[in-house]
This record gives sequence, structure tokens and C-alpha cells, in this order.
Amino acid sequence: MATFHEISPNASAGAKTLNWIDNRFPLSKLFKEHMSEYYAPKNFNIWYIFGSLSLLVLVIQIVTGIFLVMHYKPDAALAFGSVEYIMRDVPWGWLIRYMHSTGASAFFVVVYLHMFRGLMYGSYRKPRELIWLFGCGIFLALMAEAFMGYLLPWGQMSYWGAQVIVNLFSAIPFIGPDLALLIRGDFVVGDATLNRFFSFHVIAVPLVLLGLVVAHIIALHEIGSNNPDGIEIKATKDANGIPLDGIPFHPYYSVHDVFAVSMFLFVFSAIVFFAPEMGGYFLEYNNFIPANPFQTPLHIAPVWYFTPFYTLLRAVTSEMMYVLIGCVLVGAVLAVAKIKMPSLFKAVIAGGALVVVAMMLAIDAKFWGVVAMGGGVVILFFLPWLDNSPVKSIRYRPTWHKVLYGAFVINFFIIGYLGTQPVSVIAGRISQFGTLFYFGFFLLMPWWSRLGTFKQVPSRVNFTAH
Amino acid sequence: MKIMGFTQKIILGVAMTLGLAGAVQAAAVGAAWDKAPNRINDMGALQSGAKVFVNYCLNCHSAAFMRYTRLTDIGLTTDQIKDNLLVTNSKIGDTMKAAIDPTQAKAWFGVNPPDLTVIARSRAGAGGTGADYLYSYMRGFYRDDTKPTGWNNHVFPNVAMPHVLWELQSSMSPGEYDQTIGDLVNYLQWMAEPAQTTRKNIGIWVLIFLAGLIFLTWQLNKAYWKDIK
Repeated sequence: MATFHEISPNASAGAKTLNWIDNRFPLSKLFKEHMSEYYAPKNFNIWYIFGSLSLLVLVIQIVTGIFLVMHYKPDAALAFGSVEYIMRDVPWGWLIRYMHSTGASAFFVVVYLHMFRGLMYGSYRKPRELIWLFGCGIFLALMAEAFMGYLLPWGQMSYWGAQVIVNLFSAIPFIGPDLALLIRGDFVVGDATLNRFFSFHVIAVPLVLLGLVVAHIIALHEIGSNNPDGIEIKATKDANGIPLDGIPFHPYYSVHDVFAVSMFLFVFSAIVFFAPEMGGYFLEYNNFIPANPFQTPLHIAPVWYFTPFYTLLRAVTSEMMYVLIGCVLVGAVLAVAKIKMPSLFKAVIAGGALVVVAMMLAIDAKFWGVVAMGGGVVILFFLPWLDNSPVKSIRYRPTWHKVLYGAFVINFFIIGYLGTQPVSVIAGRISQFGTLFYFGFFLLMPWWSRLGTFKQVPSRVNFTAH
Repeated sequence: MKIMGFTQKIILGVAMTLGLAGAVQAAAVGAAWDKAPNRINDMGALQSGAKVFVNYCLNCHSAAFMRYTRLTDIGLTTDQIKDNLLVTNSKIGDTMKAAIDPTQAKAWFGVNPPDLTVIARSRAGAGGTGADYLYSYMRGFYRDDTKPTGWNNHVFPNVAMPHVLWELQSSMSPGEYDQTIGDLVNYLQWMAEPAQTTRKNIGIWVLIFLAGLIFLTWQLNKAYWKDIK
């Protein structure tokens, strides 16, 4: 316990108040630890603003969400009308609603950029594995939050999107149908589904999300940030124990972030005020038709931020299963033949592969599509252990690694685009190739990330004064 | 919500699962859409569109989220709305309800005429804006004696709706009819989001403010960072 600190009776009222609080709550201590004496590398580039921006979007979503809940009715008969009521009769309701709907897409934009930053600079590498795991948890919670929130306007896309995704769960062997029933609370998506999704969207998932965000930041501030050079700045300190390449977060990065926030708000407002539908990508046109359980839309597509993973789902057809079975067998043979390990492990791997192949033959491709979609997200959790590169940052990796990362990004955009499109033969083939590339990038990473000539990592960060 | 029987739900569930598995992608087969005129800031056009809407469309279609009072936004006075536009038994604060009884409508047309409040937003697509669709659709009717209504449509083949405006069309020159439909479509576009003009007007000021804020925060950032070598 800290000692009680007396202050001179001549001190100013402000100093006295702060002293009174500091004796009872670690206010100054927290401010120092997390702001004024939290040393961040001075070589951050533009990629480092998306963490702060995702926090900003989280606040926007919570605040606008609070006001929306004041007028929204989670009732299948009233939901669609209550959203139109917000758009028309609630003062400034249209602004609150557009901020929330645009915020949902903005959240995914900043989070995808934030995650890609981590990928480029190896921010998930030791000792930052937990920061990354909490972050992946946030991404997963965000997806759940967005999916359930999308049902609430109760338009055709809300309804049929939920119908399609919840039906996927019924593809799980044995427990599937009951699980889907449990999620829906009815045999089709209906009032019961709307009520439980509302409950999850406004309280359950946001609580998890906030908890994970706090854990993410605590873990980050314990270890300190990585940087574009992938150098540990704490390895080089001055006489006072302050990293030579570190600068106090406040005021340097707080002014940086305020600048970034104003630029972000400019773009955000341009969308909210001039293109809230974003050409049908942020607010889908079909969603202005009230949900109708008796009329299936011709083309059901999830909102853009889910489409890469939706493509992974659709790519797994019964034909594709043979390719995947081939991949499993080749993988098992290579593991047994090439990796040095006790023969017991080899036997386990060979046996495991045979069991998996048997299951792949026995269970419908639809289920494996669900596995691919889930796996596409879950695989991100394993990145800290998949990446074996001797350097953290892309800057010091071989050029062909950069090309590979570039190809990964292009592939992600392609499968994202294909997820918005109707099925066709050519699109299906490209989706399947894209799916193999997506998983190949991660699953083969333990090997390819070690290959090539790496550049010498300097001991101090690269920084040019601006 | 209509209460469904257990068996019906099961059948529906199975039908939906099958339907989704083989998601049929027959894109709507209709004629290409013409570009609708944009008169969204022309109060006269919006008022004349509102008149056509109330006199013709509102007989069968509702605009269940649109209040009559909101018509003051397009320059009509409360008295003008009360005297000329209010359908029987409606009050000025009410939303626009169709004159027709929904069960009768279903019996006559086979479908319930859809609500038109946000129709202009819902009909946008690859072919153009929702206004383009409606403008082409309302001008796309032709005689077809094989249909129960005696009408068919180039943009929406086999549509259940008869050509409600045919008398109007035959009393007008093609140019005048296009003008009338243009006004109606602009009204529908406006009604789909009455705040849209306000939104854009405010947006300009918000962006000007934020541009100023960007300049200030940029300078602030520069002033602090000049110390960092």
C-alpha cells in the first residue's frame, strides 16, 4: 500500500484535489504509466493509427447504439417500422442511425488494417502472443456483434442472411439441427430469434468486447509496442532506464492520434452525410424491403466485411473435397517422412490423417465448408506459432516474402469480391484457388517464413525527423 | 406475424434449406432502365408528384411510415394538405394508409400491393438507382390480353399491377406523361428519405469544420514533433 502523502497547506486547490484523489485512487500513477511515461517507439508510421481509431469507432458504436435502443423495438412486427421511425420522426435519428450503420463498416475497415499491420511487422511474435490472441478474440466478438446487429433492422437481407448462416450450424453432425434450433429459438428465424439477437447485440457481446479490449491494452502496455523495424526498444536504454528510441505516448502520440482522428472523421462524415448506403455495400438495397419469410431473395450475400469468409464456405464443394483430402494425405506423408520425431508421433499423425480423411468422405461437404469458414478466422489465432521468420518486420525479409504478402492481400480482396457475387463456374474455380491460397499461406508458413536471405536488423530504429 | 403450424414450419425450413443449397441465380429478366430526371430540390415537381401519388397510388399502396405532416417539408401548408391530399378518415398526423382493404387487395391482385414508403431505396441495383427503376417501370406498361389485368410491363414482366395511369397517359402527350412520371418518381425518392436534402446541407458544414480541425491538429502535431530528432 502506498504511503499517505501530505501536501503543503499553501498548495493550489487543484494540487490539493489531485493529492486527495491520489491518496485514494492511483490517478496520477495510471496517467503516468499509460500516457505521460509510457514510452512508445518514435518510428511509428501511418499503420499505427488504426488501433486508436478502432477504439474511437467502438465509442461511436456504443454511444449511437445507446440512443438507437431508446427508439428501436425488438419485435418482428414492429422492428422495421421502428427503424423508419428513427429515420423520420426521431430528431437527428437519421444521423444516429447512419453513424451506427457506417460505424459497423468503418469498424471492420480499421480492424482489418490494424491486423494487417500486425502481420507485416510481426507484432504477434514473442513476447506479444497474448496481445494478438486477445486481438483475435476481439475480431471474433466483433463478427458476432455485426452479424447479430444486422438482423435488427428486420429487412429481407437481415432475415435471409441470418437464415443462411444459422442454417449452416445444422450441417454439424449429430448436434447440428438442435444447435440451430437453440440459436434461432424457433424452427425458422422469427420473433424469438430477433429478441435473443437483440439481447446479445446490445449487452452480452459488447461486455465481452470491452473486457477483451481492456485485456488487449493492458497486455500491450505491459510489454510495450512493436514498431515497423521490429526492434525491441527496451533493449537500448539510457541512464534513467528510458528506452533511447522511445518517446512518451503523451503528448507525442496523443497529438498524433488527434490528427489521425480528425482525418478519419472527415472520411467517416463524408460517407455518413453523402453516401450512407455506399452503393449498396454498407446498407444493402434489399434491406429496405421488410423481412418476408415466404419470399427468398434471388441473391443472398452477406455484408462486405464477411464476404472473404463466405467465399471460403462456398468454395468447399463435393469436388473440392477430393482436393482437400489430397492435401491432408500429402501433408501427413511429408510430416511422417521429413520431420524428425519419435515413431510413436509419426504413427499418431498417420492414424489421425486417416481418421480425418474417413470423416471427410463420410460427412457432407456443406459441413466442411462451415469448418473452412470458421477455420479461416481461427487460423489467425495461431499466427505467433506459425511464423518462424528470424526477423519480425517485413522490412528485413527477402523480397519474395513481400511479394507473397502482396499476393495474400490481393487474394483476400478477390475472395472478398467473389463473396458478394452470385455463384458461377468460373467464379467458383477462382474461389477454390483463392481458398487454397488463403490456407496455404498460413499452414505452410512454418516452412516458407524461414526461407530466403534476410537482411541484418539494425540495433536502433530508423527515424527521420519530420 | 402470422402464426404458422408446426408442419408448415418444417416444410418451410426444408424448402429454404434446399432453396439455399441450389441458390438459383436467374437475374430479373426485364428491359434496361432509363435514367430518371433529378428534380429532388424542385418543390413544384415534388408537390405535383405528391398529388399524383395521393390520387392514384394511395388507393392500393400504403406509405405506412410517411406522415402527412411531413409534406410541409416540400413547401405545402398544413391547410393545403388537409384540403387536398388527406384521404378519407385520415388525420394530418397520421401515416399514409391505403384506401383499399388488404384482404381484398390480396383477393384481387394475388399479392398485397407493397408499401411504398422506402420503395425508391429498395429498388436500386446494378441497373441504376431506385428512381431509375421506378421511372422505367411506370413508363413500361403495354397492352397484353393474355393477362388478367389486360396489361403487362417491359421492366417487370407479368407484374400483378394493372396500368393505373393509362387514362392519364392517353390524355397526355408522351412528353407530358414522362414529365408527370418524373415528378412522381422524384416524390417517391424524396419520401424514401425526407431528411436527405437536410443531410447533404449539414454535411457540407460538417466537412468544412473538419477540414479546419485537420489543419489545426496537423499544426499541433507538427509543433510537438519538431523536438523529436
